[in-house]
Amino acid sequence: MNDRQVDALVAAAGDGVDCDGLRVAETPDGYRFETPGGAAEGLDEPALRDVAAENPWFVSNWYYWRELDRPAVETAFLRWLEGADDRSVPDRYEALAEGIEASWGELAVEVTLGDDGHRTYAVRHADDADRPVEELAVHTDPLDARELVKYDDRGRYRPLKTAPTLQTGWAFVDLDGRSLVRAVDVVYPATVTNWHLERQGELDVSHWRETMERQTGIYGVIRTWDRGEGYEHVNWVAEACCDDSQCLKRREWEYDDDTDLDVDGGDGAFPCREPCSLVVAAARQWTKLEGEQPQTYEFELTPSEKEQIEDIIDAVADGEAGEIREADVYEGANRYRARFLRAKRFDGDGRLDGVSTDQSR
Amino acid sequence: MQSLVIVAHGSHLNPDASTPTYEHADTIRDAGVFDEVRTAFWKEEPSFREALRTVQAEEVYVVPLFISEGYFTEQVIPRELRLEEWDDDAWESDGTSATHATLEATDVGKTVHYCGPVGTHDAMSDVIVRRAETVTDDPGVGEGVGLAVVGHGTERNENSAKAIEYHADRIAERDRFDEVKALFMDEDPEVDDVTDFFDSDDIVVVPLFVADGYHTQEDIPEDMGLTDDYRTGWETPAAVDGHDVWYAGAVGTEPLMADVVLERAAEAGADVGDAVEAVRRRTRVAGTDTEAGTGAGD
Repeated sequence: MNDRQVDALVAAAGDGVDCDGLRVAETPDGYRFETPGGAAEGLDEPALRDVAAENPWFVSNWYYWRELDRPAVETAFLRWLEGADDRSVPDRYEALAEGIEASWGELAVEVTLGDDGHRTYAVRHADDADRPVEELAVHTDPLDARELVKYDDRGRYRPLKTAPTLQTGWAFVDLDGRSLVRAVDVVYPATVTNWHLERQGELDVSHWRETMERQTGIYGVIRTWDRGEGYEHVNWVAEACCDDSQCLKRREWEYDDDTDLDVDGGDGAFPCREPCSLVVAAARQWTKLEGEQPQTYEFELTPSEKEQIEDIIDAVADGEAGEIREADVYEGANRYRARFLRAKRFDGDGRLDGVSTDQSR
Repeated sequence: MQSLVIVAHGSHLNPDASTPTYEHADTIRDAGVFDEVRTAFWKEEPSFREALRTVQAEEVYVVPLFISEGYFTEQVIPRELRLEEWDDDAWESDGTSATHATLEATDVGKTVHYCGPVGTHDAMSDVIVRRAETVTDDPGVGEGVGLAVVGHGTERNENSAKAIEYHADRIAERDRFDEVKALFMDEDPEVDDVTDFFDSDDIVVVPLFVADGYHTQEDIPEDMGLTDDYRTGWETPAAVDGHDVWYAGAVGTEPLMADVVLERAAEAGADVGDAVEAVRRRTRVAGTDTEAGTGAGD
């Protein structure tokens, strides 16, 4: 706490101060200063300054949060990070001295105390939480995150920012609140804003049907996928694209206002308020593919070959195909196993068991 | 408080699609005339749907980093930004003359000054010329040189070709290049036959695209015969049918594009101070002290 903060407290007392248990007011009998630990009344200004000086945590905490031009969404997020609504000021200040950790998607945010109650923020990948900062590429400009979020650890382009594939090995340090929120917004765009809207009960969710009915151009076809015959197809879309293993947003959109999907929306901290552009683009392709009628094919497979096909689909769907070891021929989705199956079961035109795809021919 | 949001297409597949948008945003941010400079994408995040809620200002200038008026600028962007009062006449445009319209984004209650696309702004002619300067590394390029302005062109949207022809005509009127032609990828006159359209030995080819990608880095170089296989690259200039073809890559990556974004916002009422001049100065080709083109008002 410093003199400027005490000056500000004295100046603010006339309008009343009420922040995290600190209450200061100017009454006809003098100033009143109250914390959960007790109240002092009938204070003149020097006495108010003295009692303020005895409660530096409460005063500097008030001062930090009174910053007037901070947008409500930023205040709400920064307070949530340090649990300001759940923990008393002394409890928080003791924790802040050690550093308070909060998680946001794959991000680990650390809040620590600077001078006079000023907060300092740092953010890194949660998987790097225990690594010494010297081992990480250190940044201070939030916009640097634009490059970090572009590629995953395997160097592959990330078209979906909230996919759980954020690359590791970096840290943003010495950020003020504004820069921290900016960095989070670059990593996970609009998530803080939508989280805040949700907390205020104002999140504008756009469900599947209205989203697809809005589409035009090459995506206009998607609305024909809804045939008034249920929403099972949308369950499949959500299971394919929106599961926590694929996207860290918590899906809040459903089939329509009256019809919830049967699959879980996930446990993410921040909400998903409408099908994203990836879902829309994939849905266009599925709309085309699902317009086909099933046909009956006859293949011969050994029981192990049937299971192997299931293994391959599982491995691709779970993103694990690349992790199956070269010589692990005990895995159905192993490359040698797949090549053997192809050599045995495909004809020269790449057809399974030589069976024509179009059975009408 | 005033904010600028640059809206662009972006890509699910190409990591470089957003790069020019970010770079122009950075240039304008450095000029310091907007309280916030943000980007939003059709295919990336933040989406058009969610960008406005992340800006603080109540007054937002939205500039589309698109080449022509058409489907995206007239349907997709106004719809996704919830500019509910928007209709096709809001810009009162003949296809290349849109400036701006002031509307409310109904989900956030903000005032949006929705600008015409960068591609049809008069200053875009200067960017094309600048592009010719940078690819030839000659700030005085023009004499004895033919300039091909290449567009996508598409039968679905006549404005797509109009924007290309508009700038080709404007640059031709300046009598700087010996010849100036508008060529297209999928309509006549086609870029495949680029050397048929020029007498000049040297031909500078500037594609009017926002970002480098499949068209500018694969299709067009192969179609023009700069290379048999885009993956092996090509010479600059490349010898084609007895001509030297200087191929520039997407004009949208030219740093001077930031100037067009600023001018769009300024014409819509944004207070940009002397930032237009500052950006023009900063993005100038090294070694030249001539003004870029003849300015936006010519």
